[in-house]
Amino acid sequence: MLSDARERMLRRAARDILPGMTVNLGIGLPTQVLHHVDRTMAICLHSENGIAGVGPQLSPEEADRNLIDAGGAYVSPIAGTSYFDSAVSFAIVRSGRLDLTLLGAFEVAGNGDLANWIIPGRFSPGVGGAIELAQKARRVGVLTTHTDKRGNPKILERCTLPLTAAACVNRIYSDMAVCDVTPEGLRLTEIAEGVDLQDVIDATGTTLIVPDGPLPTF
Amino acid sequence: MAMPDKSADIGSAIARIHDGASVMLGGFGVPGTPFCLIEELVRQGPKNLTIIKNDANEMGMGVDWLLENGQVSKLVASHIGLNARAIAMMNDGALSVEFVAQGILAERIRIAGAGLLGFVTDIGMGTPLAEGKQQVSVNGVTGILEPALKADFALVHAETADTFGNLFYAAAARNFNPLMAMAAHCTIAEAETIVDQGRIKPENVHTPGPFVDQLVTLKQLPEVYGVVRR
Repeated sequence: MLSDARERMLRRAARDILPGMTVNLGIGLPTQVLHHVDRTMAICLHSENGIAGVGPQLSPEEADRNLIDAGGAYVSPIAGTSYFDSAVSFAIVRSGRLDLTLLGAFEVAGNGDLANWIIPGRFSPGVGGAIELAQKARRVGVLTTHTDKRGNPKILERCTLPLTAAACVNRIYSDMAVCDVTPEGLRLTEIAEGVDLQDVIDATGTTLIVPDGPLPTF
Repeated sequence: MAMPDKSADIGSAIARIHDGASVMLGGFGVPGTPFCLIEELVRQGPKNLTIIKNDANEMGMGVDWLLENGQVSKLVASHIGLNARAIAMMNDGALSVEFVAQGILAERIRIAGAGLLGFVTDIGMGTPLAEGKQQVSVNGVTGILEPALKADFALVHAETADTFGNLFYAAAARNFNPLMAMAAHCTIAEAETIVDQGRIKPENVHTPGPFVDQLVTLKQLPEVYGVVRR
């Protein structure tokens, strides 16, 4: 993925993080959305290892050895931060206290199915907290390249890999487009600047509902 | 009136752990991992252990010492992606790994510590993690019956303890420690600082002393507890 396409995708996803939200950002690409979030905005960042109110990352020189986020980055507390054990942390997740989670994907389907933790025989480091985040956050956004490294679609009619959770995804942010999972099917809602509509349709492995008229760009 | 004193030396505390034992290890990454107790477990060398920990640490740290020393036959964890040895051993069949979703792992341990047999959840329904598990219906919703997870031993790390074994954890070093401290037949805690009874405010006790059996003071904190530079 070209770095400017990637930055555009991250910036677009960041726009859906709104004041007042409690948010969990998955490890990897989703965490980088934070670079595009106005840090004066009143939001509560949750981390699986037991933090509500994750503050800015710190360098090793400034770090507290006992304060990492779930991705292993050294972070800081802010006014209002709390720490708790892992059972309480997932009580927050399962009881629906997360307004939004942003996750990565190996595959995502037009019906909202998500596969993002195991490629049998090739990659199986364990599921971590992904199932509970995907299944129980009130809103689930997926950040992914539209196609894999060989150009095959990652957005499919049905996932071929074992599911993390079924029918859990609300919105997909890719380097080419923003798509919403709706009862009628996968709807194209925005297109990346300079990207051709037909290229998006060709790169998508499932039928896209394309609204009439010009699409907003990001 | 004074409360019992649980202070023990590290050698005799760890000597209780026998071949074939199940051992919970606190920690999420480095914070909260009881490295000194693990190091002593490596030194004494009981084999065929079942290790229960959120992760497998990284190469050259904590759980990895036990793996390298051939002491672990089974690992119960949520994620081992930062330890290439653990993944290789799993793929070679040298290590049996049971993956449990992170919050389900925490809750199965918490439930054991609460003296219950299990709980019902819809987490994992419709995914491969539900396969082979008992399903039950509660108020018209079908879920998975997740059994309590207990262990023979729990090794936990606290920032501060009093001699009765009341424990206080620092920041994100709490994670699985208070849950595991409740869920084992014998809980061995290491603490960076041990204070007299009464010096931890009762309101600030995270793990109450009745859950702790043996208490080990760390005279110095080895470098492995420090900030990891990647």
